Amino acid sequence: MTKPLAKTVESLKPSGIRKFFDIVSEMKDAISLGVGEPDFDTPWHIRDEGIYALERGKTFYTSNSGLKELREEICNYQKRHQGIEYNPLNEVVVTVGGSEAIDIGLRAMINAGDEVIIPQPAYVSYEPCAVLAGAKPVIINLKAENEFRLTPEELESAITDKTKVLILAYPNNPTGAIMEREDLEKIANVVIKHDLYVISDEIYSALTYKGEHVSIASLEGMKERTILINGFSKAYAMTGWRLGYACGPQEIIKQMTKIHQFAIMCAPTTSQYAAVEALKNGDNDVKVMCESYNQRRRFLLNAFKEMNLECFEPYGAFYVFPCIKEFGMTSEEFATRFLEEEKVAAVPGTAFGESGEGFLRISYAYSLENLRIAMERLKNFITRLRNQ
Amino acid sequence: MREELLSLIEKNSRIDLKELAVLLGREEIDVVNELARLEEEGIICGYHTLINWDKTSIEKVTALIEVKVTPQRGQGFDKIAERIYNYPEVRAVYLISGGYDLLITLEEKSLKEIAGFVSDKLSTLDSVLSTATHFILKKYKDHGTVFDKTHGDEREVVSP
Repeated sequence: MTKPLAKTVESLKPSGIRKFFDIVSEMKDAISLGVGEPDFDTPWHIRDEGIYALERGKTFYTSNSGLKELREEICNYQKRHQGIEYNPLNEVVVTVGGSEAIDIGLRAMINAGDEVIIPQPAYVSYEPCAVLAGAKPVIINLKAENEFRLTPEELESAITDKTKVLILAYPNNPTGAIMEREDLEKIANVVIKHDLYVISDEIYSALTYKGEHVSIASLEGMKERTILINGFSKAYAMTGWRLGYACGPQEIIKQMTKIHQFAIMCAPTTSQYAAVEALKNGDNDVKVMCESYNQRRRFLLNAFKEMNLECFEPYGAFYVFPCIKEFGMTSEEFATRFLEEEKVAAVPGTAFGESGEGFLRISYAYSLENLRIAMERLKNFITRLRNQ
Repeated sequence: MREELLSLIEKNSRIDLKELAVLLGREEIDVVNELARLEEEGIICGYHTLINWDKTSIEKVTALIEVKVTPQRGQGFDKIAERIYNYPEVRAVYLISGGYDLLITLEEKSLKEIAGFVSDKLSTLDSVLSTATHFILKKYKDHGTVFDKTHGDEREVVSP
């Protein structure tokens, strides 16, 4: 084969996490703090509904935008939790995980050369998806002193006359940061002033430990310019079911559904039936899991405090993002040595963008027993570093 | 804090007090006081250990016994329940709605001992009309805990 492959794709850097994954998976008895998915099994009644759907022979395609009943339940959910009213007939599309919604959302809006603003540290797929859609990604390096929230000044200074979309992802992976109503109001003002679109990735919305999550789409003048993305992976521990959704203005959802229709056809049918059950009867499961995450969050923050490790208090998702700058190493060096010397895997902050330098993503989607051992080892490790 | 505290120690009564306070986001002294109150109010009735006896070499037989009784004037089922629960080998007594009145769990060293209890002690009580004894063959799950975990952590070790 001599003909070149797609230049844009070849130019994409492989995920920084992948490299780390290869080292960890060869190491036996390593403890991992590196996963981005819940440790809980999908609640049984939800799995049971999936099984039941198979037994009844629900093995065919659904409509492109997803089961009507599921879209209705999604709208009920958004109304119940965020007070936003979407029309299940034309303002919702059910996707293969939140990831697909990010991809098709960008592709539906971008013309070549449009700029997409991506505040980092952020989930790994925004930047490549923007590039693949033909956009120019414009990165905002968020600051630890703002608890990794986006400020209106930072946003203003990144906007040009080519800016089209802002990607907002709170509660945030990898920092655990949230944005509260007053933070979002300031951002909304800037967005409206410059007539931008927002892709709001709210996949961790159910895992908020300080009041209830607020969606930017619920603010005045924002629903008509926001694609709200959510899904089942984190809230209901359903990562492997690959199910998410996007809600937004009819005109955008219509274009997204077109791409979805041609590339995917429809989200997995079994998963969709299970998801209906999750939305109808899963509130208590979410509450129980959320309470458990919150306990572990407090446990880790307390452990950091005891070992004098700097970390702002994150109020969302299941990550903490401690600062390791005092040790004079890059995040990658720190993570690699921590893995080699103490056999604990945590992801270097730089896997989520340059502004993650000097930080470590630690996931608390693990049992307390696991976290206890890991914190013991972290303490040993940094004590040794400080004494050197 | 009460509900969260109770559900934590229901799963792990040996949990360190300091850690318990951290998990709940409270001061240790508040947790100590709340525990004392819960004990005083009879809400916490003990700190038991969940044991899977099947894995030991110790022989134990557990039976569930359904009992139909005649309630006594003025005392309903309470008097007869008390006569039954005072036997130390009786582990639990529940008043049940439906086809029978009391459900008893009984733990003994052998089938014979259980048979002895039913025929000599239980059936001879005046208000007991009939009994039906069921022996437990295997415990899969008890107190919310599955005894034989079938799978460990199957997640990829690192993921975005």
